[in-house]
Amino acid sequence: MSETLRVDYQTNPLQYKHWTLSVDGPIATLAADFDENGGLRPGYKLKLNSYDLGVDIELNDAVNRIRFEHPEVRTVVLTSAKEKVFCSGANIFMLGVSSHAWKVNFCKFTNETRNGFEDSSKHDGLKFLAAVNGACAGGGYEVALACDEIILIDDRSSAVSLPEVPLLGVLPGTGGLTRVTDKRKVRHDLADIFCTSVEGVRGQRAKDWRLVDRIAKPAVFVDTVKQRALALAEKSDRQVNANAKGVALAPLNRTIEADALIYSNVRVDIDRAKRVATFTVKAPSAMIESDVAAIETASSNWYPFVLTRELDDAILSMRTNELEIGTWLWKTEGDAANVLAMDDVLLAQKDHWFVRATTGFLRRTLSRIDVSSRSLFALIEPGSCFAGTFLEFALACDRSYQLALPDDEAKAPKITVAEANFGLFPMATGQSRLQRRFYEEAPALEAVRAVAGKPLDADAAFAVGLITANPDDIDWADEVRIAIEERVAMSPDALTGMEANLRFNGRENMVTRVFGRLTAWQNWIFQRPNAVGEKGALKVYGKGDKAAFDWNRV
Amino acid sequence: MQSINYSEKIPNNVNLSEDRTLQRALEGWQPNFIDWWDDIGPDGSTQSDVYLRTAVSVDPQGWAQFGHVKMRDYRWGIFLNPAIEDRKIHFGDHLGENAWNEVPGEYRANLRRIIVTQGDTEPASVEQQRHLGLTAPSMYDLRNLYQINVEEGRHLWAMVYLLQKHFGRDGREEAQALLERRSGDENNPRILGAFNEATPDWLSFFMFTYFTDRDGKFQLCALSESAFDPLARTTKFMLTEEAHHMFVGESGISRILQRTCQVMNELKTDDAQKLRAAGVIDLPTLQRYLNFHFSVTIDLFGADESSNAATFYSSGLKGRYEEGKRNDDHQLRGQFYKVLEVREGRLVEKEVPMLNALNEVLRDDYIKDSIAGVGRWNKVIEKAGIPFQLTAPHKAFHRNIGALAGVKVSPDGRVVNDAEWHANVAHWLPTDQDRAFVGALMGRVVEPGKFANWIAPPAMGINRQAVDFEYIRFN
Repeated sequence: MSETLRVDYQTNPLQYKHWTLSVDGPIATLAADFDENGGLRPGYKLKLNSYDLGVDIELNDAVNRIRFEHPEVRTVVLTSAKEKVFCSGANIFMLGVSSHAWKVNFCKFTNETRNGFEDSSKHDGLKFLAAVNGACAGGGYEVALACDEIILIDDRSSAVSLPEVPLLGVLPGTGGLTRVTDKRKVRHDLADIFCTSVEGVRGQRAKDWRLVDRIAKPAVFVDTVKQRALALAEKSDRQVNANAKGVALAPLNRTIEADALIYSNVRVDIDRAKRVATFTVKAPSAMIESDVAAIETASSNWYPFVLTRELDDAILSMRTNELEIGTWLWKTEGDAANVLAMDDVLLAQKDHWFVRATTGFLRRTLSRIDVSSRSLFALIEPGSCFAGTFLEFALACDRSYQLALPDDEAKAPKITVAEANFGLFPMATGQSRLQRRFYEEAPALEAVRAVAGKPLDADAAFAVGLITANPDDIDWADEVRIAIEERVAMSPDALTGMEANLRFNGRENMVTRVFGRLTAWQNWIFQRPNAVGEKGALKVYGKGDKAAFDWNRV
Repeated sequence: MQSINYSEKIPNNVNLSEDRTLQRALEGWQPNFIDWWDDIGPDGSTQSDVYLRTAVSVDPQGWAQFGHVKMRDYRWGIFLNPAIEDRKIHFGDHLGENAWNEVPGEYRANLRRIIVTQGDTEPASVEQQRHLGLTAPSMYDLRNLYQINVEEGRHLWAMVYLLQKHFGRDGREEAQALLERRSGDENNPRILGAFNEATPDWLSFFMFTYFTDRDGKFQLCALSESAFDPLARTTKFMLTEEAHHMFVGESGISRILQRTCQVMNELKTDDAQKLRAAGVIDLPTLQRYLNFHFSVTIDLFGADESSNAATFYSSGLKGRYEEGKRNDDHQLRGQFYKVLEVREGRLVEKEVPMLNALNEVLRDDYIKDSIAGVGRWNKVIEKAGIPFQLTAPHKAFHRNIGALAGVKVSPDGRVVNDAEWHANVAHWLPTDQDRAFVGALMGRVVEPGKFANWIAPPAMGINRQAVDFEYIRFN
């Protein structure tokens, strides 16, 4: 498959080929009707509501539109507009012709979208209901698993299934196994039967085994869905004024150049020879709007919202389109006071639906950084503003370098810890990045708390362990250059594994297990001849051949 | 922190007065270096004014300025050979690319290791030699010892310069550690084994400067080919000084031979006991010292098959001896080289990939070069009409590194059993009695123009001065 065409994560409902979004009061319905011929790349047909990256880009966009353009929505119903089929998962022929890197990036993004459902449900009061009105296989069941509730049509034929192992010789790639156990608590031996059966489980047994929350006969299915959707909406704490107006996801202010992505508040400069990209994030140029009326007026131009959309797009674009750019340098620019003022607004107005949704969006976007398979170094230089929310960029990095200027106190770059760093943007682990950094050890966190609000120069930041190194102006250039050159020379695979190990260093939860198992088990299986060899299960699928396995257990 | 008048105090051609990185690093390091020198440098030398050569620039007039100075006030300088414009890398994977003026991050760790290992030998030899001044055979020799000491000090400066200029904070820490390790200290030894051996007497000293400093020459030659241009230029300049050290060793042994042969002829005897009684060192003892220093030194080249050697070469960090004069592809893939191993009780050659054998290649080049000097010593014996020849032992003799480590091989290259080894080792390596005898001969002779009985005066003095010139003013 040609992967040279740039993948664009920006879309809008007018361009959708695969989903229909309709809103009725507190309920939004996303109906899957994937266009067979609408694949992102040639070489496969999206039959039976099977998806590729393009389908998921639309899903991601649609959910974001519900979050922002439809503040009145409290429950999102996922269902199918096709007869007898809900969703049959990732398109196997697409997987068969994709490079390993493409598959991994695809899985990562689809996982993030599904995790985003759970994140919005937990933090932002947006509930998700899977109205499974037909066959629901593999990735189709996994998207249902990410919802708060699953209703399966009890039509004697529709089943939920995870047929990856028996049919394809791989594992479910979007957390299926993990959610079956960790979230739905299906007994492991029943799960064993479920995960090794091609046809899956339907009807009452699906409910008995906890694979779905309820079943409904075709005649009552629509009503049941509606009733459950309203019940879920009742549980939502998404509070909006009756006359609240949505915030449009207007087209991004974005220029794509050969070696740069330029947005209003973010720019990415690519150095192809060095295989390094520099992300520069700009602080608000003034105090952002702080009272509700002004925020609502600013609407889609409100700085935190614009910034997050730009960051999100930049990260996704760089991950998908620039595989060889293995190291991302993070810089910030502007007045830290404006960043800290923004933090104050995010905290003071946290109950306003738009502020809350924006904070959630930023939280998920920062989480994308954590799981990006790139080396991340923060460079804290004069003119930067690593304060509060912007300090999260440095805290997310594998290493951070802050320039010490012993002879020029005024010009020396400072970082500032603020309230936002103590839990406004939890990682997938549920921890703040400060908690992750210090293994939740109280003395270290208290020491940081004690300097919160104070601009810290490199030595002060180093002393409390907030940065990796504090080279002075004499050492800076060489120290940073050598560190980067050394990094980019190492095996990208080993770095990806090592960085993930070190970034997710403490608690595990379902989300970390989803990512961890995906990158360990699934990526191993995806590389093995039993899956992708000449006679591998994934390769022969649909061709009438039987897979030929190497029977050695590893 | 004391401030330094850079251009005056530290002669250099690296623009030190403009280089804040280096100035700051040296401000921290230089006082510690002086402390180290006072602490562990040449014993009893503090008050003396020594007729020393100081390099003040790299041109022919500048690199050898003579005058009486106190050693701790010696102007240790920092010199790089002049840069060659557009120098290209001439071996390894980067063949044909521009030489590097900065350390590539990818090779930082290996380059630092190479420089630290080389740098560590420099203060080590000063430490090894620190008591020799108390038993100098003449003022002329004492001055040469001191000259070598200050030049080893300068070589330390040269390596420290590279660490401080190009390796940032890590480099400064390594530079400091170079002053903290101690030769022969069980808990804090110098990096390489031979540099933890004692240099107890002047015979050992001359052997050391002939053999072991020649190892230094070959290592420096290999490094002077480096793709990292500052290392190449630094080591090139160091080679001019290393040549003097080897001269001291070669001429020192020649003068011992000359004196021994003279006494042999006077007494008309080759009986070791009689010669020892006459206060000179008999030729078999010299042979045993030679065997020892030769074998210990060739171990310094490292294992005969080495993945590091291959990596260092392919990545352009360290070339072969006279890389530029060789006519091959300078990449060496698919080529082979013969190394020795013992199979069924015999030494046999086996072919291994050339890249992995580069330590052995350098060792063989070294052996060829050092045997040539042994030939010159034999001329001295021959000229005296004595039927005796010194020989370098077989390269498998008395080895402690590589495939031959611990294998018992005679100096003529036969694998021997334990019994034969033990029966003969006293003929092959210096015994405790040999060392005691040589030690007993050592007495301080420092009046101008006077020489200890066991060594002949040199043919000429230093810098065309008379042999009885007052090279050292003891104050």
